[in-house]
Amino acid sequence: MGTVAIYSLFIINKSGGLIYYKDYGSAGRMDTNDSLRLASLWHSMHAISQQLSPTTGCTGIDLLQAHNFDLHCFQSLTGTKFFVVCETGAQNMEILLKTIYELYTEFVLKNPFYEMEMPIRCELFDLNLAQVIQKDRVALLGR
Amino acid sequence: MATSQKAARLGEEVWKTRVDKVNAELVTLTYGTIVSQLCADYDNDYAQVNQQLDKMGYNIGMRLIEDFLAKSNTGRCGNFRDTAEMISKVGFKIFLNITPTVTNWTADNKQFSLLFDENPLADFVELPDDGRAQDELWFSNIFCGILRGALEMVQMSIEARFVSDVLRGNDVTEMRVTLIRYIEDEMPPDDE
Repeated sequence: MGTVAIYSLFIINKSGGLIYYKDYGSAGRMDTNDSLRLASLWHSMHAISQQLSPTTGCTGIDLLQAHNFDLHCFQSLTGTKFFVVCETGAQNMEILLKTIYELYTEFVLKNPFYEMEMPIRCELFDLNLAQVIQKDRVALLGR
Repeated sequence: MATSQKAARLGEEVWKTRVDKVNAELVTLTYGTIVSQLCADYDNDYAQVNQQLDKMGYNIGMRLIEDFLAKSNTGRCGNFRDTAEMISKVGFKIFLNITPTVTNWTADNKQFSLLFDENPLADFVELPDDGRAQDELWFSNIFCGILRGALEMVQMSIEARFVSDVLRGNDVTEMRVTLIRYIEDEMPPDDE
């Protein structure tokens, strides 16, 4: 079974800079420049979507659906954004994003040598993230 | 007062279920060592020590806020009064298991006091009796920085400072918190 539920994961800081990128699928792989550009593009689109909203208190795009992929986005109150690109109809992505957010607070922010707003290079974060994603994939495959 | 009760319940629940605990003395002794080392490093220039503690707290607060948000699973506060309740009953509760009393609001709802009935940082502490520490050192000043850093990350610019401390012989330990302004969304200024 070559089914892969999640294609890639992005984390962008509050000024729109990409601080973490990881791809999981064979499809949709991109180089560093492209991922950086895409991240800042998403950051802007997210901001524009808030202005587009006819009602107040809009927090931006949560889900973008295309006919062959979904993009789920979670923004913390501080403005850090986490988003995954995955198969259409993939379930429980909000929970996954929340879990990744918790890993970020735990293994990135609590690492005293991590500099805020800078690219994430924390082994423990990578390790735990891999586990979470792995678990999620199994769960998805087992449906 | 509904917010206050809700916050109290939330704080209690997070404290019970989602927080790793450590020995309180470890915290007290570690913090005490830091302050006394700072006093040594700055030749007992207590104004400098206060400032350093505040700066350290600021850096902690900027990181800690995300942990707070992730653990408490809470949304944005409706007003500054709610913020105060959240700070006391959820923030201080889950990280230190204390709930300082929120009181002394000004009429414009922009300034309040936190009264610390207990303060885990200050157990065992007696300020040096060099005649100055009692008047100049705010031993727990790291709290001020933490609040400032944390609230700045959620778009609130505040000022926090201690106005009295039982360590100095005052009756209560009181921190004054003032909302300066809400930081507006960092939209690029009119790029039409």
